[in-house]
Amino acid sequence: MSDTPHLATGDRETPTIEPPEPVGGLDDATSRREIHDVWVAGTEEQEWVRAATDEGAQEMLPEAQDAAATIQRGTAVDDDYIGEGGADEDQRQILNMGPQHPSTHGVLRLHLEIEGETIRRVKPIIGYLHTGMEKTAETLSYMQGATNVTRMDYLSPFHNELAYSLAVEQLLDVEIPTRAQAIRILMTELNRVASHLLWVATQGMDIGAVSMMLFGWQDRETCLEFFEKVTGLRMNHNYIRPGGVAADLHDGWEDDIEDLLVRVSAGIDRDEAILNKNPIFLDRTRGIGVITPEECRQYGVSGPIARGSGIAHDLRKVFPYSGIEQYDFDVPVGKHGDVLDRYLVRIEEMRQSLRIVEQILNTMPAGDFRTDDRKVTPPPRQRIDESMEALIHHFKLFTEGFRVPAGEAYQGVESPRGHLGVYIVSQGGARPWRLHVRAPSFAAVQAMPVMMTDLLVADLVATLASADPVLGDVDR
Amino acid sequence: MAHQAHVPGFLMTTMDKGVNWARTRSMWPASFGLACCAIEMMATGGSHNDISRFGMEVFRASPRQADLMIVAGRVSQKMAPVLRQVYDQMAEPKWVISMGACASTGGMFNNYALVQGVDQIVPVDMYVPGCPPGPQSLLHGILSLQEEIMAGTIRR
Repeated sequence: MSDTPHLATGDRETPTIEPPEPVGGLDDATSRREIHDVWVAGTEEQEWVRAATDEGAQEMLPEAQDAAATIQRGTAVDDDYIGEGGADEDQRQILNMGPQHPSTHGVLRLHLEIEGETIRRVKPIIGYLHTGMEKTAETLSYMQGATNVTRMDYLSPFHNELAYSLAVEQLLDVEIPTRAQAIRILMTELNRVASHLLWVATQGMDIGAVSMMLFGWQDRETCLEFFEKVTGLRMNHNYIRPGGVAADLHDGWEDDIEDLLVRVSAGIDRDEAILNKNPIFLDRTRGIGVITPEECRQYGVSGPIARGSGIAHDLRKVFPYSGIEQYDFDVPVGKHGDVLDRYLVRIEEMRQSLRIVEQILNTMPAGDFRTDDRKVTPPPRQRIDESMEALIHHFKLFTEGFRVPAGEAYQGVESPRGHLGVYIVSQGGARPWRLHVRAPSFAAVQAMPVMMTDLLVADLVATLASADPVLGDVDR
Repeated sequence: MAHQAHVPGFLMTTMDKGVNWARTRSMWPASFGLACCAIEMMATGGSHNDISRFGMEVFRASPRQADLMIVAGRVSQKMAPVLRQVYDQMAEPKWVISMGACASTGGMFNNYALVQGVDQIVPVDMYVPGCPPGPQSLLHGILSLQEEIMAGTIRR
């Protein structure tokens, strides 16, 4: 560890975290001890690590200390609500769950106020996976940008790429060939199946059905094998790009899809056979983690959580994108808004996605897999051998990138977690001036206190899993 | 007194081999999943790739029971102290695998938010390249680490 971390300013010269100024001058013995306790505990190298790690030291911080610096260090917990509840305060205690906990699905941290086994208050604390992707996007050209956004919600990389590409294409105003559109829908719907399969696996494991973990992964591998054949990668594909997709489907993809449809459908049937009549699973999911439709609207919750509560809102129906309106599919809606309904909604969504995939299999149009607009698309490979201009064109496109007209665009797609939106502001250059992402998991985490209050600690795990938060999506 | 180089005797070398063999055959990883790589780490534990072939399927939630920390994913500035604390809580002997580009070097995110390489915080024994590394890559990294331990290259 050579230097202290530098936060938001990015300025390597002036650290934003500095030891607090002594309150009463250095001669004051009390304040010197305070500084010693907080800042000089441990070796010089480990100073910032310890200061930020030691929760106990946080609690003991003198109030005179700069609150902003505390918050910037990332361990400040706003404890203002403790004791407000009115009930027996002696019985309440604070339990810290995460950020390193196997059931938090990543690095979510939950600050729980519990009374015995009952949760009275929940406070999600996020930011442990903040990667600065929206800022990084400003330094990448539009072509490179898909590489960046695909890593946000790492369980649905295709949806990230699709939202980003559609937003860029809105500004570019290019026509996307029907084959490219169909390939995009094919990949995103398969991605939805893969994501939900992983969700079934982890939900099952979190509430004790460990066999689901093995079965869910097995079927997910089937989907990933197809992804790998098409894109070359199992995850983080960078396949859907502004202007089309990176490459055409391989020869014999129809056979692969037919095989996949059979295997995954059988897998979903088997998962349902295991879970749907399992009394333990039903007891642990029915009536647990309820959220009402009104609360969903208030908190901006979308996707399977909102549909499980009875809101028949699906962006694929409401604001269709990439030609999805031409395929037949239903939007499953639950009634009770509990964990069980979310499970049933997701299982049905997988079936509907497979239905869309089957239709695409039968109606895949011929044509090009990317637009023929030469401002966006590089020239065909054989032209580069024949023409110097084509070579220069290719070089310029991949070094400098294409320019996008000034303006702003917003595009939402229905990701496995709900309404995923990308907002882009262009000032006419080859890089976005600003990129913002509307993350569905963020809203889900925001609504967790609603779902979890007055539950048992064990039910919290089931509810947390049913919200299916991806922390890469929350924090970006 | 002249300094005499330490030459390990027959007994100690034989015992070392036995100890190293025991260490490599029951290496329990701490589940330190952070981002995309964590999904591939879970895939490695799944039925298809089956890490239990190497006696390692016991992903421990408690660092006290773990020997190996697989840092799977991007480490943010906010997560760095947590990572160090988990490492400190693990019992010796312990090893660290840095999985993926982000954990090893910061990857494509050279910005204000990420630690540019987890080796700034904890000592790393094995780097696994990839973004994310597939299960085969991770298994190769784990097996290479086991080989190193068996050969006595890494001493604890």
